[in-house]
Amino acid sequence: MEIFVQQLINGLTLGSIYGLIAIGYTMVFGIIGMVNFAHGDVFMVSAFIALICFLLVTTVLGITSIFLALAIVLVVAMFFTSLLNWAIERVAYRPLRGSFRLAPMISAIGMSIFLANFVQVTQGPRNKPVPPMITDVIVLMDSGSYQVTLAWKQVIIMVVTAALLGGFWYLVQKTSLGRAQRACEQDRKMAALLGINVDHTISLTFVIGAALAAVAGTLYLMYYGVANFADGFVPGVKAFTAAVLGGIGSLPGAVLGGLLIGLIETFWSAYFSIEYKDVAAFSILAITLIFMPQGLLGRPEVEKV
Amino acid sequence: MAVQTADTAAPAAPAAGSPSLLGHAFKDALITGLIALGLFGPLIGFETVIIDGALGLAYRPSLLAIMVGIVFVGRLLLNLTLWSPNRRPSTRTGPSVFDRIGTAVGPGVKPALLAFAVVFPFLSTFLLGGLNESRYLIDLGILILTYVMLGWGLNIVVGLAGLLDLGYVAFYAVGAYTYALLATSAPINDFFAGLFGATFWANWAFWICLPMAGVFAGVWGMILGFPVLRLRGDYLAIVTLAFGEIIRLVLINWVDFTNGGAGIASIPRATFFGIPFNAGPDGFAALFGLPFNPMHRIVFLYFVILALALLTAFVTVRLRRLPVGRAWEALREDEIACRSLGINTTTTKLSAFATGAMFGGFAGCFFAVRAGFVSPESFTFDVSAMILAIVVLGGMGSQIGVAVAAAVMMGGMEMLRNLGFLKQIFGNDFDPSLYRMLIFGFAMVAIMVWKPRGLVSTRDPTIFLKERKAVSGDLVKEGHG
Repeated sequence: MEIFVQQLINGLTLGSIYGLIAIGYTMVFGIIGMVNFAHGDVFMVSAFIALICFLLVTTVLGITSIFLALAIVLVVAMFFTSLLNWAIERVAYRPLRGSFRLAPMISAIGMSIFLANFVQVTQGPRNKPVPPMITDVIVLMDSGSYQVTLAWKQVIIMVVTAALLGGFWYLVQKTSLGRAQRACEQDRKMAALLGINVDHTISLTFVIGAALAAVAGTLYLMYYGVANFADGFVPGVKAFTAAVLGGIGSLPGAVLGGLLIGLIETFWSAYFSIEYKDVAAFSILAITLIFMPQGLLGRPEVEKV
Repeated sequence: MAVQTADTAAPAAPAAGSPSLLGHAFKDALITGLIALGLFGPLIGFETVIIDGALGLAYRPSLLAIMVGIVFVGRLLLNLTLWSPNRRPSTRTGPSVFDRIGTAVGPGVKPALLAFAVVFPFLSTFLLGGLNESRYLIDLGILILTYVMLGWGLNIVVGLAGLLDLGYVAFYAVGAYTYALLATSAPINDFFAGLFGATFWANWAFWICLPMAGVFAGVWGMILGFPVLRLRGDYLAIVTLAFGEIIRLVLINWVDFTNGGAGIASIPRATFFGIPFNAGPDGFAALFGLPFNPMHRIVFLYFVILALALLTAFVTVRLRRLPVGRAWEALREDEIACRSLGINTTTTKLSAFATGAMFGGFAGCFFAVRAGFVSPESFTFDVSAMILAIVVLGGMGSQIGVAVAAAVMMGGMEMLRNLGFLKQIFGNDFDPSLYRMLIFGFAMVAIMVWKPRGLVSTRDPTIFLKERKAVSGDLVKEGHG
């Protein structure tokens, strides 16, 4: 029972991070119908930007309050990652709009390899550990031999995720930008005829996706305390799995899928085998796509001739 | 990584050399430079280094300034020359330079390349003055030909049938492990030792396992292809990627069967159809009356992979003229139309997967016998991406394009290893081989943006009325399947 509760907490924490990345996949897929393969690596780059910013803030500026430092890091990482994803869209995907269907996907694979190796070349191939930032825990249950703990950093992850998702939900549902975005999702040509700047809207979609990935990257760095250039690929595929499981194109679906993938991965590691946890996640992706391609909350895709 | 779209520079005033044009170009370049500063700033300007066990920062302002300066000057020059509004847009339409070169030299290039590939080991031996001296070149030739073969195999799936397969390395791995496991298996060795003599299995394992590796990989192609039949485009790509990763993770974790990450070593070497390449009295050299030289085996391996690659090309060319090949191409062009014309898309897709996988399996078996060692490290996603990049660069569906792309890519990567003189410019810490994948990823994006159809983008129709006309690749749309 205690182990179960502990794994539940861990799984929800991990799932929040996956959910934040998954939103980037699902929004881009919704609006231009491509799998942004490089998104996982954008997440990894954001973790590095957060790491560098954290080191600058704590050592050079000498800010000792960890929460203030984290807030600064978060904002800076969001800014630079958004700029990066904006530039990627502009350079690698926009010229290919209207090309054959696989072209942006292949371009994105190239971009993913480029980003991972760019970080490897500029920052080195070794793991970059940061000292633990927040170590306090709340003991929820104590059965003598096993303590169920809720770490403060887990609380931060869940609260930040929930707050950002709330704000983001408001942005998509209530503002004119969100309306433009949903219009482009439904029919890009019609939206353009009605005076929506489609290119601008798509750029903003990439910017928002990158900002959320940067939040995920910062939280990931805070939680695991380590960054590596190869850390983009597997979380990226898992977040994509989350987006597919929740129904690609659906925002609540991405979060739900993220939480489910986080829980499945954590429970699988705890009760079955830790070696095969990635196999479990990849299998879920295949099973979902084969038996339930529309996902949990998605609309079935209608094939038009 | 500058922003290359020139929409801000397009509608400027037409006056030649006017200050507004220069000012405009300068302003645009400045903005680009600022963006480049934002992109490169965090990762190039700072380096995280571990000092005394703790993480610290090192600063690289000069490098950052150089990178941003390159972007700024490059953009400024482009604005003033190529993207200048005064420049008359090129009115030439029709096939591009590459396509015209391709059509002009097309008939002669295939026999010429083939002849070059056949005489290559002798040529390099002759030019370098000895077998041992030419080892490096022949090894490189083997590597290139392996990737040519893998590219041609994947070309069946991606180029002909239009199914984007990101897990092709799985079949390469299946082929390699089939040979590695069967050839090192003690029970099989004992069984054949009792029947035909102690050295039979070591001498014949490759020739018996080669077709088996192809068959196993083909069966795996069907097994993995079956669940993804209903998927289209991007989804198919991601699921094949997942399958490729699953196979690699199983190879790592199933230690009892595959020996895990440590891999399988001392796999029997290739033999000249049962005659081992050794210095003994029954060896190749003694039987053919030559002085013993370990290079004989390498040259022989070169011809084995050349034959395998030619087999792949030949089978592909012949299949394209059969109903199944035509069905693949129809499937690539339009799956719904294909189905409504009565083509069974299930068997068509499965046959494409299985055929492509079979050649991947052959190549894997060859890889195992050449290296004598297999481990899951050799079968990462990077290899899949590399093969895909070769197919894409060569122009999907074009055989000669894939061969040239494989030679350019693998040859280029090898050349990066040899750029020792760059160390004198950038200092001794500079390791050009680190930049291989970086350049390779960048090239993939650049090729897609510049020539999405690859270098050879014309289509050679397999069926035609009266005369054969090359079709521009822009008229066909892969990837809808």
